[in-house]
Amino acid sequence: MSDLEIQAGLAGAAARRRSGRRIAGRIGVTEVLAAVFALFLLVATLAPGLVAPGDPLAIDPRSAFQAPSWAHWFGTDESGRDVYTRVSHGTLSSLQIGVAATLIGLGFGAVLGTVAGMLGSVVDFTVNRLLEVMFAFPGLLLALLFIMVFGPGPATATLAVGLATAPGYARIIRAQLVSVRSSAFVEAATVLGRSRARILLRHILPNTLAPLLVLGTLGIGQAIIWAAALSYLGLGAKPPAAEWGAMLSAGRTYLSTAVWMSFFPGLFVVLTAISATVLGRAVERRLRHA
Amino acid sequence: MAEPVTSTHPADPSRPAVLRRALPRRALLRGAARIGGAVLVLWLVATVTFFAMRLVPGDPAEAVLGGPGSQTSPEALAAVRAQYGLDQPIVTQYLAELGRLATGDLGRSYALRVPVAPLLLGQLGGTLLLAVLSLLLAWLFAIGLALFSTRAGRWGRMLGSGLEIGAAALPHFWLASALIVVFSSWLGLLPPVSTPGPAGLVLPVLTLAIPLAGFLGQVMRESMLTALEAPFVVSARARGESEAGIRRVHVLRHASLPGISLSGWAFGSLISGAVVVETIFARPGLGRTLLNAVTVRDVPVVIGVVLFVAAAYILMTLLTDLAQRIADPRLRRA
Repeated sequence: MSDLEIQAGLAGAAARRRSGRRIAGRIGVTEVLAAVFALFLLVATLAPGLVAPGDPLAIDPRSAFQAPSWAHWFGTDESGRDVYTRVSHGTLSSLQIGVAATLIGLGFGAVLGTVAGMLGSVVDFTVNRLLEVMFAFPGLLLALLFIMVFGPGPATATLAVGLATAPGYARIIRAQLVSVRSSAFVEAATVLGRSRARILLRHILPNTLAPLLVLGTLGIGQAIIWAAALSYLGLGAKPPAAEWGAMLSAGRTYLSTAVWMSFFPGLFVVLTAISATVLGRAVERRLRHA
Repeated sequence: MAEPVTSTHPADPSRPAVLRRALPRRALLRGAARIGGAVLVLWLVATVTFFAMRLVPGDPAEAVLGGPGSQTSPEALAAVRAQYGLDQPIVTQYLAELGRLATGDLGRSYALRVPVAPLLLGQLGGTLLLAVLSLLLAWLFAIGLALFSTRAGRWGRMLGSGLEIGAAALPHFWLASALIVVFSSWLGLLPPVSTPGPAGLVLPVLTLAIPLAGFLGQVMRESMLTALEAPFVVSARARGESEAGIRRVHVLRHASLPGISLSGWAFGSLISGAVVVETIFARPGLGRTLLNAVTVRDVPVVIGVVLFVAAAYILMTLLTDLAQRIADPRLRRA
């Protein structure tokens, strides 16, 4: 089991229970809030100047450690830098690590899962043993091992998280492929005399790959949390970079005097993860009842 | 098996004698295959770790003598290489390593200059205590939340589900900071670093338990909702069993099933959580030892912790399988 498999199972179960077209199609308050936050993150990623016009690295020692106010919504840090500006401008690097890690995990997982599910017997057995070995380094352990070999930094942290999440994706994709392959419509296509390549391209792959969108959305939240955890531990992005995990790490020293330095970057990690879960489940419901 | 065949299945005399004897033997074979598979995976884990560590840049002999910066004589380097067997061909080193591992010898730490196995054993107790207490507390939270939210109607369900999704999204490092600020800076109730007494355990355990409860609670609630719609609950209602009785006898058992099947995952998640939590609360343990070793590239210690955790994880998965068969009779025949 991995975090991802649990998330995917929950999204599926929730979608199954909310059966009926009317309920499935309804968009709730949580979905709207999650979408608004995701939109904010998108703008902050593409054009951070629009949501926070200041300079995230501008130092102003006279206004250090100011509590949140109208002038500084999220307060200021030890050098008088505006925390709101830094959090907004840090969106790019924080999401970049999470999204890139998710893509790496999804890519690795898709290749391994497809190979195992399609080629069968010997390959399937080998891939399954490989996955079992990867699962035996639970959670952050595989990522820490990877960082140990290739050294800390944002690039290795991204690869490490991607690699650590890959087995979860692979196992889900393989299971999906096997279930699609034994389904009635594939059997029908076989009976109708369609070629193997055509069945694979027209029937099996589209039905296997469509759920990847849901998986990717659900996985981003966890990937961002792990990437931030690595930065927090000093193994990913380093201060004064405006990355959320690194900002939290820097704020640790001033926890009792300047809570806002840690609170707001962490709040953004949490809100991003919640939004990813909510949106992933909404997409799952849509796909299931489309 | 020299014992009379009738004793294996006394409850089922209608079965042919051959079948009656074959069942436990097949179960034994399956058990042996599971254990064999576990040993195979452990060996592969050791192999992967061994060769991955050979990719770590830098000369291990230099690392033993204090890192690349230290001025070491070629004679000293050669002596260390001979002592650690680093001058042997890689296959010999690999076989020697496997032999050592099989006898429980994990080598010596480069940085701390002590044998790894006793070092880890000394750190194990603290982490284990932390993990077990967190798991128990997470179970308690999760069952409570699931029971509450399946009972309380639509709003209660939404509240419960919202709480769980939120809890599951809480990163350990942020939750720990929040708990420290509230309970030690503002209220002054608990120490911000982990002291040896029970008071020092409260915040680390809460930090690990809350996100885990978020995950477990969601899974348990789904399982309860499925069970509440299952035929056996309908027939229990038809028999006139009380709602509380149905929940206690039938539904709670179903809610506990995913709790059991997820304990392997929960263990892994607690270990990676322990890396963060032990660092924040300055608590001695395996997690902090691992992080320190990764930071200074203390290869033997990292190998030791990784193998240790992998072995424990594989053992947990085996035990989980067994516990599931006990809790869910439907799995025994599968």
